[in-house]
Amino acid sequence: MGEMIMSDRIIEMKDLSYAYTAAEGETPRLVLKGIDLEIEEGTFVAVLGHNGSGKSTLAKHMNAVFLPSGGIVYVAGMDTADENLLIEIRRTVGMVFQNPDNQIVANVVEEDVAFAPENLGCPPEEIRRRVDDALKVVGMYDFREHAPHLLSGGQKQRVAIAGVLAMQPKCVVFDEPTAMLDPRGREEVTAIIRRMRDELGTTVVLITHHMEETIDADRLVVMADGRVAMDGTPREIFSQVDRLRELGLDVPQTVDLIYRLNKKGFSMPLDALSPDECAEAVAGALRT
Amino acid sequence: MLKDVTLGQFFPGNTVIHRLDPRTKLILVIVYIVALFTAKSYISYAVVIVVFALCVAVSRIGLKSLFSGLKPILIIIIITAILNILFTRSGRVLLQFWKITVTADGVRIAVFMVVRLMLLIMGTFILTYTTSPISLTEGLERLLSPLKKIKVPVHELAMMMSIALRFIPTLIEETDKIMSAQKARGANFETGSLLDRAKALLPLLVPLFVSAFRRADELAVAMESRCYHGGEGRTRMNVLTMKKRDWTALILGAIFLAAIIALARFGL
Repeated sequence: MGEMIMSDRIIEMKDLSYAYTAAEGETPRLVLKGIDLEIEEGTFVAVLGHNGSGKSTLAKHMNAVFLPSGGIVYVAGMDTADENLLIEIRRTVGMVFQNPDNQIVANVVEEDVAFAPENLGCPPEEIRRRVDDALKVVGMYDFREHAPHLLSGGQKQRVAIAGVLAMQPKCVVFDEPTAMLDPRGREEVTAIIRRMRDELGTTVVLITHHMEETIDADRLVVMADGRVAMDGTPREIFSQVDRLRELGLDVPQTVDLIYRLNKKGFSMPLDALSPDECAEAVAGALRT
Repeated sequence: MLKDVTLGQFFPGNTVIHRLDPRTKLILVIVYIVALFTAKSYISYAVVIVVFALCVAVSRIGLKSLFSGLKPILIIIIITAILNILFTRSGRVLLQFWKITVTADGVRIAVFMVVRLMLLIMGTFILTYTTSPISLTEGLERLLSPLKKIKVPVHELAMMMSIALRFIPTLIEETDKIMSAQKARGANFETGSLLDRAKALLPLLVPLFVSAFRRADELAVAMESRCYHGGEGRTRMNVLTMKKRDWTALILGAIFLAAIIALARFGL
């Protein structure tokens, strides 16, 4: 058994570094370079970064898909390097991936959702209950007997989310869940993510490169070149427009609008993130 | 065009046949095949056909989907018919020209063979159309589970099979997409000699294989993330239990087989 740390931190990373195994003679390239990150239970944390920033690699350390090359990762106090805890770690932190097609195991929606609780050895009645509950959360209960390959991308991803929820994890890590979806599917998935935090109290870690999806987060972590570049509330982060641009990241259109207006002589607060807030800020500035 | 392939396709439903235990259905298919190959006469064939038709009617499978599944083996059926017609020399001669002799026996045997082949394939379709691949593999897993004692990896094989079945439609869709993409860039899959066409498939197969391996990798990670760790300690949501209707079906199957064997014994 690994060292147990009792805290309300669901994920704790200490000086985490990771390098992919390199070919002989080459020096291994570090993808993660000393990351210290703690995620409190019940929060919605978004991780933003452009391609190659190491954000996906970071996500895969959260349920022991990858093991650290250096440093330690604790999941609910469990050391992910401890093989005896592997199942316990993975049922604590579920993971939803980018491509819904490659996560669905079964030919019928409900049988796919049942996959995880079956692996956990739950009794049949409990599996049934978990499957029904999970399908209702994602709004796919009516499709429970459908074949997954006939569903739309967004629906498939909702089934994949239900498959993870049926494990009843304390935390769900979403690794770019909307990257392959159309705008409607994207909206469906983000609505479920919000509901999970608000109604189920699940800790959510959302890895993404869509700014708009991070606006509702309690906390926003910006990754760049294998390090945590910025860490704060979305308001704090997005008001630092210049710093974000330096990192090769964009800002939401709302912030961008105000930023440009400010350059033209207005002075509005940069933390108006939602379109409504933005409209109000602009209207207020025009009135004066 | 590739969408026509119905192999391993499941049509959800709620008929008695859908609800039968997969083990029952697997055993009944074996019974059906044995009966089909025991049947030698018009009467016994008629019995088989009636039983088959009853099963189709009860399972509410569309005739269209049943026959469209025959398309891939159409060539085999035709060749079987031709060979049997041409190489049966016994019986009354119906037609003779050049080196070809067509006899009444030949025609009769050809018809029998064709009907048998079609009944064979369509009979197994009833199984795959009414049984979800997962419950089918589960049935196989349970039927074969005694083999675990002699170290046969039954669970692993069943899992591999169900995943293969799950990805057939996905890979077909992908093949269609790659084909369109290659056609848009001037690839030609339809004309030319056989060798040319085989060569034309290469730019189709390479991306398909690459993507299949990538999918396999992602699926493995996703399965592990959902706590998959082999068959040990794994439970099922729908536990297979033999119900009254299963025993009834098995008894009916036994009667059917006995009848066919009895008919064969009497030379019918």
